[in-house]
Amino acid sequence: MARNTILGVFAKSPIKPLEKHIRLVVKCSNQLIPFFAACYEQNWSEATKIRRKISKIEQDADTLKRQLRLELPGGLFMPVDRADLLELLTQQDKIANCSKDIAGRVLGRKLEIPTSLQEQFSVYLARCIEATEKAAEAINELDDLLETGFRGREVILVEKMINQLDEIEDDTDAMQIMLRRDLLALERDLNPVDVMFLYQIIDWVGYLADLAERVGARLEILLARK
Amino acid sequence: MEILLNSGHILVIIAAVVGLFMAWGIGANDVANAMGTSVGSKALTIKQAIIIAMVFEFAGAYLAGGEVTSTIRKGIIDASFFVDSPELLVFGMISALFAAATWLLIASALGWPVSTTHSIVGAIVGFAAIGVSPDAVVWGKVGGIVGSWIITPLISGVIAFIIFNSAQKLIFDTDKPLQQAKRWVPLYMFLAGFVLALVTIKKGLKHLDLHIGTTEGYIYAAITAVIVALIGKVFINRLKFDESATLKTHYANVEKVFAVLMIVTACCMAFAHGSNDVANAIGPLAAVVSIVDNGGQIAAKSTIAWWILPLGGFGIVAGLAMFGHKVMATIGQGITHLTPSRGFAAELAAACTVVIASGAGLPISTTQTLVGAVLGVGMARGIAAINLGVVRNIVVSWVITLPVGAGLSILFFWMMQATFT
Repeated sequence: MARNTILGVFAKSPIKPLEKHIRLVVKCSNQLIPFFAACYEQNWSEATKIRRKISKIEQDADTLKRQLRLELPGGLFMPVDRADLLELLTQQDKIANCSKDIAGRVLGRKLEIPTSLQEQFSVYLARCIEATEKAAEAINELDDLLETGFRGREVILVEKMINQLDEIEDDTDAMQIMLRRDLLALERDLNPVDVMFLYQIIDWVGYLADLAERVGARLEILLARK
Repeated sequence: MEILLNSGHILVIIAAVVGLFMAWGIGANDVANAMGTSVGSKALTIKQAIIIAMVFEFAGAYLAGGEVTSTIRKGIIDASFFVDSPELLVFGMISALFAAATWLLIASALGWPVSTTHSIVGAIVGFAAIGVSPDAVVWGKVGGIVGSWIITPLISGVIAFIIFNSAQKLIFDTDKPLQQAKRWVPLYMFLAGFVLALVTIKKGLKHLDLHIGTTEGYIYAAITAVIVALIGKVFINRLKFDESATLKTHYANVEKVFAVLMIVTACCMAFAHGSNDVANAIGPLAAVVSIVDNGGQIAAKSTIAWWILPLGGFGIVAGLAMFGHKVMATIGQGITHLTPSRGFAAELAAACTVVIASGAGLPISTTQTLVGAVLGVGMARGIAAINLGVVRNIVVSWVITLPVGAGLSILFFWMMQATFT
């Protein structure tokens, strides 16, 4: 008898699961901070433990992503474009994947960050993760955006957040350049293969901020349509 | 003719029983549609919803059900066609009731969303056009009724769109949504109270022999509406808000204010549903009673027997009391992604449309109108996801119901003819 009521008209909202997904993703990237702390101390057993945790959260995010896709069939009438929403989800998910890759690569080689670079690297990592947190903050406004029919003050508020996100990303770019330059100065004293991978890890950590910025950009497109 | 004199009472009793059955079916199934949005958005508990539905369905049926009843009773069929054989009209009306009630029962068992209005109108047209003669149907009037089924969801959608956008402008898109909500929500309550009171005064109180002038009508309606708004304001002031809530969660507090408003719109919706849908059960009954009481004369102007409207109201309430709980429990369990601020816009728009249509004597479908209103809110980007598949099903069931109601009605009509002649 349930279908014989008007309530069948209301489909499951994708907004809460989408917010939950980005929270999981950020939780995943946040684990990189204790992970690298363990690496600095060369506490590889602790690092392995954290990497396992990252991998577990990444899997949870994947499950949620798949579930959300299945719950968004074509015949839904939504205030935002379905394709935009799915693209946003894909971008969000990449943050978790990237975090997992970073942890996996560092642990696999037991890659050591040179002591003189550690402090600078930590600041850089923290800033990149801050970008993902900012992206999550903006995504978490989606339910309030729905309350206000995707317009007005709430949109301006979210646009402000996206601007802040862009600023953070710019910042990480500058930090990345500094970090590479300082690494260049140290290069000749280090194992060349390690150096190669160090550059790659610096790149990937920067990619976290890039992805966060893309999530923001996708959100902006979502708001601009219609 | 002799049949009416000899077994008139039996026919009235049969009609009354079938009419009561139909009303009971409407109460058991259709009310869930009317109250579903309130229960679904958690503004009301199931118990509260049932109590409100009982009181306001009955009030709506009794106070404002008369106009639609007249249309069902004598608007669709050309009475002059039956002057020589009034028993055909009696058989036909009973068959139509039986057909509509049966279809309602089958559809409910299968979980199909059908409209009680469509089934009864289809059934009446069916027996008259096929069982008697195509000329016995006032096709112009039927065309108007069917046209109203397309237009009313549209109108209610537009009203819902406007109401929702006004709430956005006045309340949500402001610096202090909570203060704005406390300030403006009583105005919506006033609006709801005003429309309801006005239709009741202008259309409903006629058969109670209370004659109120136009200006007085507006004044009384306004006074009633002010009282509703004031009571609402008292309740809003008594609400406890989560003071620790920062700007982040301020909309949760705003929704609490809208939940109070939803109680008012739920009353409206129940009233509107009662006023519109009671006629589906008692319109044919009233026709039968009127013919038998007049000894076979089809009176052009006759009042509805005093006991008929309350009987319909009672039937709806009985159905609601017996099955409403079960139906609404299903709704309550389902996770609905509907907040009171959206539910109110849809309900108020639908209720206003239905009440005005009832006042004009148009038998429209409450569910269709509500679906139209929901789509209106969706157009205003207010609802996270609307299942267009379900909307399509509802529209399909709307179209299918007409021929099925007509077919069943013809079948019952021939059976009755064979039994009594």
